Amino acid sequence: METYTAMRHFADSWGLLAMTLFFIGVVLFVFRPGARKAANEAAAIPLKED
Amino acid sequence: MNFVTPTIVLAIGAFVALLGAAFARDRFFEAHMWVLFFVLLASTVFMLRRVSFAPAAAKKSGEDADGYFDDVVRYGVIATVFWGVVGFLVGVLVALQLAFPDLNVEPWFNFGRTRPLHTSAVIFAFGGNALIATSFYVVQRTSRARLFGGNLGWFVFWGYQLFIVMAATGYLLGITQSREYAEPEWYVDIWLTIVWVAYLVAFLGTIATRKEPHIYVANWFFLSFIVTIAMLHIVNNLAVPVSFLGSKSYSAFSGVQDALTQWWYGHNAVGFFLTAGFLGMMYYFIPKQVNRPVYSYRLSIIHFWALIFMYIWAGPHHLHYTALPDWAQTLGMVFSIMLWMPSWGGMINGLMTLSGAWDKIRTDPIVRMMVMAVAFYGMATFEGPMMSIKTVNSLSHYTDWTIGHVHSGALGWNGLITFGAIYYLVPKLWKRERLYSIRMVNWHFWLATLGIVVYAAVMWVAGIQQGLMWREYDEQGFLVYSFAETVSAMFPYYVTRAIGGGLFLLGALIMAYNVTMTILGYERDEAPIPGAAPRLQPAE
Repeated sequence: METYTAMRHFADSWGLLAMTLFFIGVVLFVFRPGARKAANEAAAIPLKED
Repeated sequence: MNFVTPTIVLAIGAFVALLGAAFARDRFFEAHMWVLFFVLLASTVFMLRRVSFAPAAAKKSGEDADGYFDDVVRYGVIATVFWGVVGFLVGVLVALQLAFPDLNVEPWFNFGRTRPLHTSAVIFAFGGNALIATSFYVVQRTSRARLFGGNLGWFVFWGYQLFIVMAATGYLLGITQSREYAEPEWYVDIWLTIVWVAYLVAFLGTIATRKEPHIYVANWFFLSFIVTIAMLHIVNNLAVPVSFLGSKSYSAFSGVQDALTQWWYGHNAVGFFLTAGFLGMMYYFIPKQVNRPVYSYRLSIIHFWALIFMYIWAGPHHLHYTALPDWAQTLGMVFSIMLWMPSWGGMINGLMTLSGAWDKIRTDPIVRMMVMAVAFYGMATFEGPMMSIKTVNSLSHYTDWTIGHVHSGALGWNGLITFGAIYYLVPKLWKRERLYSIRMVNWHFWLATLGIVVYAAVMWVAGIQQGLMWREYDEQGFLVYSFAETVSAMFPYYVTRAIGGGLFLLGALIMAYNVTMTILGYERDEAPIPGAAPRLQPAE
């Protein structure tokens, strides 16, 4: 198989799957239990000083 | 502070540039090397006058009392204002050149040379300096650490100014590799790569040495901007120079691959330079100015990942109905439409940060400016996906509608959020109680907004009329209008567009005056904005 075809097939199969799973993982991580508290703490970082 | 090493490096650089001019293979390279020689020579002389032979002092350069490296941010803010005025001025010039062709002064000030001068001046000089200055400011504050790398920040700042000067003079001399938004030739590209790697090291190093456990979301956006621009810049500029002492190079790609690489770069320059980087500004300066945390921090994380996962695929919408394979065009269109969601998620997040403090839009012109910026972000990211739909694109592509779209994003979103950040930063950086004049901010706001509305509305009418005239057939299948007729029909729109741009430039001049007076330490005696909280007076 020529390189272009091989890379294209990889991109629209495993590559696409990996990126989709990563993204779903990010969303699940953001909504994990206890995330609200961590997010509120992070959101306050710029307001802490000056 | 001892300046021996940078002075020696500058002197050697000037000598190398002189050699480059002497042995140049073409007259363009020779002229450009003379420019470089004189710039570096002047810098060397300037630095020589500042070299101190006293024992090295303990205090590092630019170190403030609170331990942050803010001198480079101060320089960055001044450079942003300066290049902004220059870029907008050239913008008004190119607008007038389109309306009145006699204003094309051959050969240096032809439209073909002033147009990249305008785009690079506003995107890379104005926008780039704004991004470097604000990212250095924000990363230090939110990491609670000094900028990494000692004087690396100075190298990034001055190296970037050298890139701007070399790019700008190159365009006027007629040196271009003809890639939109990436016109500088190979040797200027290599220089920018070096500067950019130093920028990445300074930024990442600051995050690595942070005292705050969490990396604030603004830094994620800034980091994605720096990393992605490095990747885009290198791949897009892969080229083989004809000679190591010549200005000409040939792209590593050919045909449609070259076109796609160009627009993969071009659209992601919009996505990561003009969107992600400026969103970093939004996520820091809006909470600071309204003194409230961002509306939903978790939404900002999803906004970030969704944006960077989708933007990178949207480039092919610039190549609808070309030799690019149809599936790639459709892919670009689909991803562009999907971008609606993260863009509007971010817009809502920015606007809702004001919930509970909406009165500030009425009482604080800086907040008003930032809110209008986010509103334009929303409008431009609505219009863009719509224009990427193939049937819409068949009407809009190659017309002035595209120019109008770009300017509602660039003037509205990038311009106004930068102005807001500058108005926030200047009193903070120079330790002034307030700006020279708050009322002038209000004038700037209305002039800029009116200018953008005039510009965008006129370009919609012009672009749609242009598109309809181009595709008008008579009953026998002949085109109704010659191309020259469609050009002359644009005349009133081009004049009105120049007026809109002129209003925006006028606003920027007011800002430059206001910022200068603030830095000099003046305060204008003026009535406060109605409804604004009175400033606290020290107790008698």
